[in-house]
Amino acid sequence: MRRGNARELSLLVFIAVLAGILLVFAPRFFASKNLVDILVNTSYLAIAALGMLFVILTGQIDISVGAILGVCSTLAAVTAKAGQPIVVVFLVSIAAGAILGGFNGLVSTQFRIHSIIVTLGTLYAYRGALILVTQGAWIYNVPRSFNQIGLGDVLGIPNPIWAMAIVLVVGTVVLRYTTWGRALYAIGSNTEAARLAGIPVRRVLLGAFAANGALVGLATMFFATRFSAIQSTTGSGFEFVIITAVLVGGANIFGGTGRLLGVAMGALLLGLADSAFVFLKISSYWVQAFQGFVILVAVSLDNVSFRRRRATAAERNRALTGGEA
Amino acid sequence: MSAPAANRTHRRWRVPFTETVLLVALALVIIIMSRLSPNFLSFYNFFEVTRFVAEIGMISLGMTVVILTSGIDLSVGSIVGLSAIVMGRIFGLGLGIVTATVGCLLAGALAGFANGIITTRLRIPPIVVTLATLAVYKGIALGISQGQAYQMPKSIYFLGQGYIGPVPVQLILFAVFAAVFIVVLRRTIFGHNVYAIGNNETATRFAGLRVDRTKVLVYTLSGLMTGIAALILVSRVSSARADVGESYMLDAIAAVVLGGTPISGGRGGVWGTLLALFIVGFVRNGLTLAFVPSEVQSIFIGLLLIIAVGLNQISAHRGRSS
Repeated sequence: MRRGNARELSLLVFIAVLAGILLVFAPRFFASKNLVDILVNTSYLAIAALGMLFVILTGQIDISVGAILGVCSTLAAVTAKAGQPIVVVFLVSIAAGAILGGFNGLVSTQFRIHSIIVTLGTLYAYRGALILVTQGAWIYNVPRSFNQIGLGDVLGIPNPIWAMAIVLVVGTVVLRYTTWGRALYAIGSNTEAARLAGIPVRRVLLGAFAANGALVGLATMFFATRFSAIQSTTGSGFEFVIITAVLVGGANIFGGTGRLLGVAMGALLLGLADSAFVFLKISSYWVQAFQGFVILVAVSLDNVSFRRRRATAAERNRALTGGEA
Repeated sequence: MSAPAANRTHRRWRVPFTETVLLVALALVIIIMSRLSPNFLSFYNFFEVTRFVAEIGMISLGMTVVILTSGIDLSVGSIVGLSAIVMGRIFGLGLGIVTATVGCLLAGALAGFANGIITTRLRIPPIVVTLATLAVYKGIALGISQGQAYQMPKSIYFLGQGYIGPVPVQLILFAVFAAVFIVVLRRTIFGHNVYAIGNNETATRFAGLRVDRTKVLVYTLSGLMTGIAALILVSRVSSARADVGESYMLDAIAAVVLGGTPISGGRGGVWGTLLALFIVGFVRNGLTLAFVPSEVQSIFIGLLLIIAVGLNQISAHRGRSS
């Protein structure tokens, strides 16, 4: 863990290079309003990315999060339109996310089917069920109080940024200092060893999937509330952005390693790039190509530094200088 | 997985089981669908289903081989778009339809080759590589076309809209390719390498087989098959757009996994994939005839996938304990 700062550093370099280019070609990018906008756009990504990090740390994956975001957005908007107080809207969205995410975990752990298959299935099923219910109709005329969640501010700082900050602090504490958080790493490093060590693997996994769903439900409240109408197809492709943020942030797709700071920086880099393309007047059609390229570069950098680290560890063992490695 | 003896008995018991389940499921689907819609059971309609099956099927053939090596190719949907756009662009430049067709196939093969090279040389897991190239290829396709669609000439309609006798052209093409894949996987050294890598890559490497070269070939093949699917698709819909193949990745992986090739590779093969393809095709077609919208059809495909894999899993457990 101590030597694992490589990814955060390379992300920082990436962000610095991007900022340098912008400083030369589009200095208006650094207007404070735009920087705040970028943070606001990053916040729902970062919240959902924490959930995905829980899942990916255990070596599992959830590719149905885009569909979950769609279901939560629709439910939240309908609840708000029914005149329910904001607290209830939050609870409905988070509970719906937790149930759908929990279902993924339940099927995956009970039938021992790999989560990529389960969530490939539920990705179809959730989205299909949503469209079956809404008949594809848009939801208009959401109340002002609903939009106020995503567009309002407290003490001059926009609500989504508050939410992101709180989630990042709580998430870091959970991952570092709770038994459950450590169990996620243990399962991802070696599931069998974790089981033998007495960790209730299935229950922890189920919790990770449910927590992921709940966080998607929370992210919904800062995503859907920025629009005046909710489509049934909202959130398509969301899973790709989230998984990109987590992987770029340094989490290993096979589980066991990854930290929230890196993931948050990954989300920030994606948000930054999105906005930078607009300011550099590059057609937004190239954004996706860039995102994919960033994953490749980030992951190969990581691989090189990992190999180097392994080499030095081997040398140290050979020299028998210490039992630390 | 670890004990070879246990593995052998469980394998002998299991392979026919999977295919029996699929056959029963296929029969059930046909009975239910013919109840839902009187037009379902007709030759004309059967051939309509095969139009859908041929495109997904070409991709699934390549995907079967990829998954057999315990890899995965998430970029196929984007490769469809990229191949189609390359084809449209070349034709738009006035270089003729033959050059455009070659470009389409070459773009697919190159995209797959790049996947293979990156995953073997940089030792990045294929799921990460192809997730990244999914975005890269789609981005390039969108960047080249700027979101536009290219109109294609009548001379290529034959592939996607033509008939030989009563049989759609792409069905014949698909049958030929399926046969080639079955023979190659069963009877060639390449085929044996594919299964060996899926069963135990490290052991295969130590046995002196060229693991990396086989893998690069496997991904190139997947890209080429996807290019062929793009060609058929373009000629069926008479135009090329960057987002044409988006849903194909899910359908192709669903067909392979539904067909009994586990995501961990090493077992299964083309026969299961073929049966599963027709199940998916009949479900979609039957529900379309019964006026069920395509998103709602997806619920059935999704549940079918989970139930089939779950059944397989339960049978594997019983097989192991008996």
